[in-house]
Amino acid sequence: MKNFGISIREVKNIRVLDISGELDAHTASQLENSLKALIDQNEIHIIVNCKALDYIASAGLGVFMAYIEDVRGMGGDIKLTNMSERVYNVFDLLGFPTLYDIHEDESEAVTGFDK
Amino acid sequence: MTSKLTLTKSNNIYSLSVEASTSQLAKVRDFVAEHAERLGLSDKEIGNIRLAVDEAYTNIIKHAYKNIPAKPVKIELGSDSSQLWISIKDEGESFDVQAYNEPDIRQRIKNKQRGGMGVYLIRKLMDSVQYTRTGHMNEIRMIKHL
Repeated sequence: MKNFGISIREVKNIRVLDISGELDAHTASQLENSLKALIDQNEIHIIVNCKALDYIASAGLGVFMAYIEDVRGMGGDIKLTNMSERVYNVFDLLGFPTLYDIHEDESEAVTGFDK
Repeated sequence: MTSKLTLTKSNNIYSLSVEASTSQLAKVRDFVAEHAERLGLSDKEIGNIRLAVDEAYTNIIKHAYKNIPAKPVKIELGSDSSQLWISIKDEGESFDVQAYNEPDIRQRIKNKQRGGMGVYLIRKLMDSVQYTRTGHMNEIRMIKHL
């Protein structure tokens, strides 16, 4: 049974969510709960590292759509990194690269928060 | 062995009946991917088909059946020398494709809306998409040229 997983670590006061597996309409609520918990604690410098993410459907993208305005409005950001070509292609089809800060590597996103 | 496989490819229709539940999404995706693989499609094309079917099935769960559990969905898949087709049938509310507009993602983010992207993705990922309603049955039929 394929699944979805999230673990959270901290890098320079930034919360990094490592997400893995398949993100679809069934598993999106797990990501949503984690993001919401961080935002509720005023942790608004967030990186979602997609290195181990094998698959994403639009329900997964919907989670990012629901929270980015709030986070940016509070002075933070949700940056996305380390996507496989297949996962990036879904974001690209929907025009996300012009609306979200997407980086090839996590270190670039960390630097981006310093600016 | 080879000739038998060819016969299977041209004549057989594979079907899967599931209830409308997001818990079945992985099963539905794997079902279509398994058969698309047998047709020798590339990994990218198989990925596109998996996603298109996921989006269509998710829309049925959320919109046709409005998340009411235990409603029936039937997925059929078949192919000939020129195309792979996938049909998904449900008995829920019909989808008015004429009323559908391409999503403005920037505006949706601003309004904290989500969803509405599935139909757009399906059109991008497949070569042809048709919606029909016959009696109380809705069908989405998606085609990928081989």
